[in-house]
Amino acid sequence: MMQTGVSKRGVLPGFGLTMGYSVVYLSLVVLIPLSALLLNSTGLTWEKFWSVATDPRVLASYKVSFMTAAAAGLIDTLLGLLLAWVLVRYDFPGKRWFDAIIDLPFALPTAVAGVSLTAIYSQNGWIGSWFEPLGIRLAFSPIGITLALMFIGIPFVVRTVQPVLQDLDAEVEEAAATLGASRFRTFWRVVFPELLPPLLTGFALAFSRGIGEYGSVVFISGNMPMKTEIAPLLIMSKLEQFDYAGATAVAIILLTISFVLLLLINSLQRWVRKTAR
Amino acid sequence: MAGSVPMNTAKASVSRNQTTRSTGAVKWILIGTALLVLLWLIVLPLAVVITEALKKGWGVYVEAIRDPDALSALRLTLLVALITVPLNTIFGVAAAWAITKFRFRGKQLLVTLIDLPFAVSPVIGGLIYVLVYGAHGWFGPWLQAHDIKIIFALPGIILATMFVTFPFVARELIPLMEDQGQQEEEAAVTLGARGFRVFWKVTLPNIKWGLLYGIILCNARAMGEFGAVSVVSGHIRGETNTLPLHVEILYNEYQFSASFAVASLLLLLALVTLLLKGWFTRKSSH
Repeated sequence: MMQTGVSKRGVLPGFGLTMGYSVVYLSLVVLIPLSALLLNSTGLTWEKFWSVATDPRVLASYKVSFMTAAAAGLIDTLLGLLLAWVLVRYDFPGKRWFDAIIDLPFALPTAVAGVSLTAIYSQNGWIGSWFEPLGIRLAFSPIGITLALMFIGIPFVVRTVQPVLQDLDAEVEEAAATLGASRFRTFWRVVFPELLPPLLTGFALAFSRGIGEYGSVVFISGNMPMKTEIAPLLIMSKLEQFDYAGATAVAIILLTISFVLLLLINSLQRWVRKTAR
Repeated sequence: MAGSVPMNTAKASVSRNQTTRSTGAVKWILIGTALLVLLWLIVLPLAVVITEALKKGWGVYVEAIRDPDALSALRLTLLVALITVPLNTIFGVAAAWAITKFRFRGKQLLVTLIDLPFAVSPVIGGLIYVLVYGAHGWFGPWLQAHDIKIIFALPGIILATMFVTFPFVARELIPLMEDQGQQEEEAAVTLGARGFRVFWKVTLPNIKWGLLYGIILCNARAMGEFGAVSVVSGHIRGETNTLPLHVEILYNEYQFSASFAVASLLLLLALVTLLLKGWFTRKSSH
């Protein structure tokens, strides 16, 4: 293996060792355990799978997960574009701190985000108490879940849009401006088309993370079946009742959605790289 | 898929020609709005952790952190990170070497598979280990017969953490090493350097900061993971409770100040991570 490896693959050493180790480790930690889900280790029958998958409570949890992740992803896309724009285009005092703190949601444990956001948006919280008299509940409602997912998702959008915006050729914009296009028109016709691929990628990343997110959501959601119960939590509660087959069924659907999103994100990222060059 | 954004994305801004700059008013309105968004979305949650933790004074704060259960959770969290981070680092370096220094079929597939744990819900990351090692899982009966505990014990927590932090180091190194090509390594080999020495003397100095960056992100997630660990831990106080799980337990017992006090430790971890991350990014761009 090593001998043929050297002649065929150039002079560098270690292909057999590193490749072998990587594949074995990947199989042990990721592939074999994941296959346990798909290889029907819990004696899950088609009938059981179907009855779980079409159970109104399960369907409702997918709906909650989808709607809140989509709403959070959309708002994050708008806010993320604003943040990235300001970071790339303007200079102002404290900009380096501004830039650094955007990654906080990447670094902060989700449970901490969860308890903190609940404290902010609950009835007597800093922001929740303003909305309570208006009859609007932020925490323990789909709005609360959306707010938590917005926190988790915002760096994905900023960090995807930022580099593309940086590499954007200023000359094209200048040309448009010189030819008499208004600033808004220049943005809409010249800058926006270039930003569309990274914006879509950022949205997809935030959305995909939001679908599977657990830690930041369980505290703020209130976990009411049919209303604010997300799909990952349903897996958790089925496990707690030792309903392994049911948990597996819910997980298989969620996993399939995640796979599709991953493939979509990969092709979006290739598109970003192509248009960026 | 936290942290899946490569580090070379955060460069200093490019200065722009005057014609593409907004006029003063628009500029400051946009900056002001962006600042408000940032304060509301990110700084506020950070501030609330600190104020809630100190709400009942230093006494309660210190007591919550010195509580034996909190200390044992801290020890467990450190132990889990100490085991999982080096393992994933070795894997990340090996995988990046194979992927970036050689050509082979199925490379793209391998890269996608490495990314997989970022796309999977952490709860599923815990569930799959229950299905393999749990009492009703593949190896459950065998493990029980030999009196080995994996689920609801330390090994399960380590495995679940390994799964969720799996891609961090590899993800960081692959684009970095791809950009650097392999000429330097080939030159070293031609000059007679062998095997591991090539990596140690030629590759490592080039990827040092990117590698450290991947390691601290991996570490932050390893210490902070909640969903996956929650599934496999069993929540036994003083035994299988990590710091994030301890935050949850205290919170559910309405000991809010104590819960936020423990949470503030994890916030500190996040802030240190961000500081180091900024430092490594600056170092690598020099």
